[in-house]
Amino acid sequence: MEQTAKNTIVSLKDIFVRFDGEVILNHINLDIHEKEFVTILGPSGCGKTTTLRIIGGFVEPESGDVIFDGKRINGTPPNKRNVNTVFQKYSLFPHLNVFDNVAFGLKLKKVPKDEIKKKVTKMLATVDLKGYEKRSISKLSGGQQQRVAIARALVCDPDIILLDEPLGALDLKLRKCMQLELKEIQQKTEKTFIYVTHDQEEALTMSDRVVVMNNGVIEQIGTPEDIYNEPVNAFVADFIGEANILNGTMIDDCRIKILGRELECVDKGFGKNTPVDVVIRPEDIEITSPENGQLVGTVEKLTFKGVHYEISVRCGKCEILIHSTKSAEIGSEIGMRVIPFNIQIMNKLLPFYDNVIETEVTYSSEDENYFEFELEGETVKVENKYFPQGTSVKITLPPEALSLAGDGIGHLKDVYIESVVYKGEHNEIILESDERKWLMLSDTDEQVATYVPLAFDFSKAQFEVINKAEEG
Amino acid sequence: MKSRKPSIPYIIWMVIFTMIPIIMIGYTAFTDKNGNFSLEPFANAFFYTGVFMKSLWIALISTAICLVLAYPLAYIITKMKHSTQNTVIMLMMIPMWMNFLLRIYAWVTLLQDNGPIDMLLSMLGIHATYIGNTGAVVLGMVYEYLPFMVLPIYTVMSKIDGGLIEAAQDLGSNSFAVFRKVIFPLSIPGVISGITMVFVPSASTFLVSQYLGGTDDIMIGDIIDKIFWTDQNTGSAISLILMVFIFVFLILMNFFGDEEAIA
Repeated sequence: MEQTAKNTIVSLKDIFVRFDGEVILNHINLDIHEKEFVTILGPSGCGKTTTLRIIGGFVEPESGDVIFDGKRINGTPPNKRNVNTVFQKYSLFPHLNVFDNVAFGLKLKKVPKDEIKKKVTKMLATVDLKGYEKRSISKLSGGQQQRVAIARALVCDPDIILLDEPLGALDLKLRKCMQLELKEIQQKTEKTFIYVTHDQEEALTMSDRVVVMNNGVIEQIGTPEDIYNEPVNAFVADFIGEANILNGTMIDDCRIKILGRELECVDKGFGKNTPVDVVIRPEDIEITSPENGQLVGTVEKLTFKGVHYEISVRCGKCEILIHSTKSAEIGSEIGMRVIPFNIQIMNKLLPFYDNVIETEVTYSSEDENYFEFELEGETVKVENKYFPQGTSVKITLPPEALSLAGDGIGHLKDVYIESVVYKGEHNEIILESDERKWLMLSDTDEQVATYVPLAFDFSKAQFEVINKAEEG
Repeated sequence: MKSRKPSIPYIIWMVIFTMIPIIMIGYTAFTDKNGNFSLEPFANAFFYTGVFMKSLWIALISTAICLVLAYPLAYIITKMKHSTQNTVIMLMMIPMWMNFLLRIYAWVTLLQDNGPIDMLLSMLGIHATYIGNTGAVVLGMVYEYLPFMVLPIYTVMSKIDGGLIEAAQDLGSNSFAVFRKVIFPLSIPGVISGITMVFVPSASTFLVSQYLGGTDDIMIGDIIDKIFWTDQNTGSAISLILMVFIFVFLILMNFFGDEEAIA
């Protein structure tokens, strides 16, 4: 990568973490450079905090290496790592005043008293808390506590500062203010900051590099501009900023078909007639007259947002979002243009569209017209369809045949919602069960990183008998 | 102020069962047998100064031993798995379901001459008397009041935010420093309430020394118990003095608690 010239201070190699049988980090690799502000960004439950805790020494990976300054530090306890953490809940010592909280680490290092005094005073000035030395922690506001926590970590002069959603508890205005302050402190002190957040705006504002994580894997690493302008997949595009994510087909190099129209783009190497995901940022769509538009649609909604209008346009079955300084009348027909450079093509998150189950009939009844098969340890009964026992069948379930069931019902009890991406028409939901992934369409918003029961509607399925002779 | 209506039953209860008896004791302590004002009961009470001091001394020693035993125990319990913690606390509570007197009788049986402990140690060639001395009284008290020391310390310790321990480690503390600089200072409110809960009842207890102690191990509680049969005035005076001592002790403890306690 471009940053190879810089010194790597910490690197995670093939880290694998599992709690109670659940995979939290699935073989991640990450290099962090000196004096860099890196943000690990992802939805809750994606493994970002665990990644931070591995660097801090609070979690031991099941496998993989943590390399710090060229040395493997697996098994080194937190107190022997030259890393300090700013905790999510600050974790300030309630029995100590501001000065003693900040001096805590220095006292343990047996730094002479007058030097502690000098360093703490200077650090409190850096975080704008001069004169608060004797204050009790409980008498500080959220923002002040947060700055004490930062000072307490910084004063120890660590190589790396880890920040675990440190602004989460603050109100919006204070948060914005602290974002800039943090960045300033980082530049002033020239420390490596590793920052964990689920707030994409925070990540874009402060970071030199952003690491986007989902479901225990790193989806993309890059500068904020890269991540925003060239997301590698629909998950990243959806998570960072607002985006129109559409299903498209790559006709050929630089030719993409979306919403029934063929457009020019700049991406190559996807092959011919490949299904892909397409991202167009709302601000990259230009409004023109219907006859000049590459795409044509009807204005459905118009919201004034201060700097721009947010316009929702119906284009066939799809909804497209536009941010424009120009207004448009609701109900009117408009044309839309996008320059090829602004059409971002990405591989689909899943290599399949229809969910295919290949299985063997374990029990069936011709009279009652049903058969059963085993799926991940559960017996699934298919009504109104008969195959003799022992038949190998291929069941093709289109995404619309899947639905989330109520508690206690459903064919698979606990499937994990890995991602939810709005595709202009439906939410495309990727689910993960014990052995495989599933694609589902839904019109409702589902909560990512939760477990839900999944049901199949076999009346929408296609069945095919697999000829065993052919297989052999 | 909020409406005081809901507290009325408690106020009535307090007046009938606490305030009136205290006033009656106060009245009796300052009168003679004929109901005339007199300081004689207090003069009589001075006769028991030695017993008084010994009672406070035994209570103090018992409290100290309880603290020494309970503090590490509470710390060890907080380090256990959650389900194990509940079981251990439960096990500590179970003896308390039994009558106090029965448990003291059990100790009498255990400690008496030719009792199980004497027999066992005799086999090893150790011959001694285990009952009828101050040691046995202290043993009985420690046994009796240990849970009252463990529970408050355990409760306070188990509420210490795990994040603070991580923060201390993060800042360079090894496990000893974590204990010394975080867990110990934050557990002091538990220690204070444990001391109060053990010292106060053990200073005023009775029967334990009658069954386990020797002739000179009589405690002030026993004196009050005995003397009330014959001389209510002196008994009231002694009770009043004991009450004042305990009250002063509570104030002192509260003072410490406020100094060290955490917001």
